[in-house]
Amino acid sequence: MTAVLEASSLGKRYGRRWALSDCTLSIPEGKVVGLVGPNGAGKTTLLHLGVGLLAPTSGSIEVLGGRPADGPAQLGRVGFVAQDAPTYAGLTVDKHLRLGAYLNPSWDDQVAHHRIEELGLDPSQRAGSLSGGQRAQLALTLAIAKRPELLLLDEPVASLDPLARREFLQTLMEVVAEQGVSVVLSSHLVADLERTCDYLIVLVASRVQLSGEIGGLLASHHRLSGPRRDPGSLPATQEVIEESHTERQTTLLVRTDDAILDPTWTVKPVTLEDLVLAYMGRARDTQPPRRSGLKVLR
Amino acid sequence: MIRSTWMQFRAQTVVATGGLLVVAVVLAITGPHLVHLYDANVSNCVARDDCSTATSSFLQNDHALQVGLNVLAVVLPGIIGILWGAPLVARELETGTYRLAWTQSVTRTRWLAVKLGVVGVASLVVAGLFSLMVTWWFSPIDRVNMTVFTTFDQRNIVAVGYAAFAFALGATAGVFIRRTVPAIAATLVALVTIRLLDFFYVQPHLITPVRHSYSLALGTTISGYGGSNGAQASLFPGTPSLPNAWILSTDIVDKAGHSLTASVVNDLCPQLATVLGGPGPGAPQIQGGHVAAIGPAPAGANQVLQACVSKVGATYHELVSYQPPGHYWPLQWAELALYLGVALALAGTCAWWVRHRLS
Amino acid sequence: MIEFQLDSTSGVATYLQLVQQVHQALQLGLLEPGDQLPTAQQVVGKLAINPNTVLKAYRDLEREGLARARPGQGTFIVGTLPRTNPVAQARFLASMAKWLGSARSAGLGPDDIEAIYRTAFRNCFAEGVA
Repeated sequence: MTAVLEASSLGKRYGRRWALSDCTLSIPEGKVVGLVGPNGAGKTTLLHLGVGLLAPTSGSIEVLGGRPADGPAQLGRVGFVAQDAPTYAGLTVDKHLRLGAYLNPSWDDQVAHHRIEELGLDPSQRAGSLSGGQRAQLALTLAIAKRPELLLLDEPVASLDPLARREFLQTLMEVVAEQGVSVVLSSHLVADLERTCDYLIVLVASRVQLSGEIGGLLASHHRLSGPRRDPGSLPATQEVIEESHTERQTTLLVRTDDAILDPTWTVKPVTLEDLVLAYMGRARDTQPPRRSGLKVLR
Repeated sequence: MIRSTWMQFRAQTVVATGGLLVVAVVLAITGPHLVHLYDANVSNCVARDDCSTATSSFLQNDHALQVGLNVLAVVLPGIIGILWGAPLVARELETGTYRLAWTQSVTRTRWLAVKLGVVGVASLVVAGLFSLMVTWWFSPIDRVNMTVFTTFDQRNIVAVGYAAFAFALGATAGVFIRRTVPAIAATLVALVTIRLLDFFYVQPHLITPVRHSYSLALGTTISGYGGSNGAQASLFPGTPSLPNAWILSTDIVDKAGHSLTASVVNDLCPQLATVLGGPGPGAPQIQGGHVAAIGPAPAGANQVLQACVSKVGATYHELVSYQPPGHYWPLQWAELALYLGVALALAGTCAWWVRHRLS
Repeated sequence: MIEFQLDSTSGVATYLQLVQQVHQALQLGLLEPGDQLPTAQQVVGKLAINPNTVLKAYRDLEREGLARARPGQGTFIVGTLPRTNPVAQARFLASMAKWLGSARSAGLGPDDIEAIYRTAFRNCFAEGVA
């Protein structure tokens, strides 16, 4: 599988603080990738490095086989919508489109105007008076009309109301269907990712905790509950991601590619949210107490 | 990229053009009248022998406009630096739109170069046109005043250099500070400081000044006798009449170049102190060759002073250092080159910083 | 044309929900051979789901022989599903009732029985998921 974004021991330091350190990951082509993680995990820094707004302090990053922002051609291949969808408050919607046309040789004016029309935006309205959702849509339109191969979206829907969020994701998905563009979108709203993404990367403190096709991840994780027992007694093929115990009962989230045959377990499928929370929780405990004894919850 | 910069910059261009037009209209209305008055009353005053009356009444014309234009000429570069320079990059960094601008298919170095170029050239054009109009309007007045160097900063080509410098300074402050209002404040402080330092320490010496010796004479090279704040009384050097020259220093020195001291004066002319009451607070001041003592001047003071000047003048002379009228244009060019050079260096700094430190 | 709906609380994968809705429509006679399915873009524009999900569902339907993609035109229904057979349904209902009765008389409560059913169901269809 070709990678659209490949980072190796990537690090970025501001003064003495590392915003991202020793990050190694690979994002496959042709996917809609959800990049999730708690605040401060380095998501924004990673995306800014990917689009070349930042330069790495250490390590390396390759995007579509090139160095980010290494010349106009490379810049043209990557579309970016920054957090809070910055636009020029004093310029009208129409002028933003002209700005996009002037600044991008690959600009598709038809796509741009078609989108604006479909969204019902008034071309003569100033961006400063647009709603958050409309501004996000305008920023997305600017990013897709330059016909990129890769779209990087930094928390595109975090600040939007549910309806605007839905509309934004509809637009995004239509673009994916039409243009076949690869997408990486960071978010901490797992519900949005469940429908739109087909690939998930959980990033906690610069480290990839989990990465893979969402379908495969959901199929290979199970929630087991049953009489209390030591997780150490599980088959070697079952990796315990999360465990909790009461005096009598044990609940586990395990990863395995095999069927779970033990009849004492009640097995339930996991949701994407369960999965993300479990991996984020595991990463937070700096020394994971996996298989090291029972943690008793009352 | 140039078109996009123009598009974003259009509102400011309109305002600037409007401002220039207003100035142009006002000057076009009042200017020819000034020329007419000059031709009618001043140019032939020598023949009528009433030049001092003619010139002083001529200089009273449009007085408020004269002051206003001169002030505007001084502050215009500052306005350009504040309104066009400082926000140029700072506003993008402050509002986050740099994340939009720098992710289009234009490298940020080019983005900055074009922005600096387009808005910078606009600054030069505005300052240049304004200076052209002001210089034309003031030409009869400047001809009468005969002090071209007092308005050196407000006429001709140096204005272009100041505008370029102020613009680049503002842009650089914006790039470093990343916030518009603090960048504006920093631009103002830096601009005023640098211009003052330049005026006192650099500008006078951009071209080596002329030095000339004059023999001492009361009323011209010696303006009087006196002392202040308890200092011992001595002879004051006078300012020789050099039309359109910029006099940098006047000093009374002997052949070896030593300055005249109060003790030398008192040794040579001991009766001066007696006649004029001696040094100290409330000591008489002598200006323009006349004794201006507290209370009525003692009779014969002028003769005593005259004698003293002759005696001192045997070994001492006045050394005047100045920029003659012929240095006006070389100095304009030198000053312009200096400021354009610094502006280019600042633009380079901006580019380097944006490329390497804002990433 | 069929219009898809999503139940985000069901826990059933999105693409499977789409497949099941086509199945049901075929069983109920709402879809017949020759009918066109909505394009991926149309589905995506309405449901805000990943287009690959729609394509995956359609691929599954193609594998089952129920649909076929015609290049440049879209995906069309080509197969049929037997309308639900009432006789077979009645037969299995009867045997299930009998099994439930024996489980109850063995002392199992409703929750136990449900857990057993779930496990058996899962094991039976396990291959289809992974």
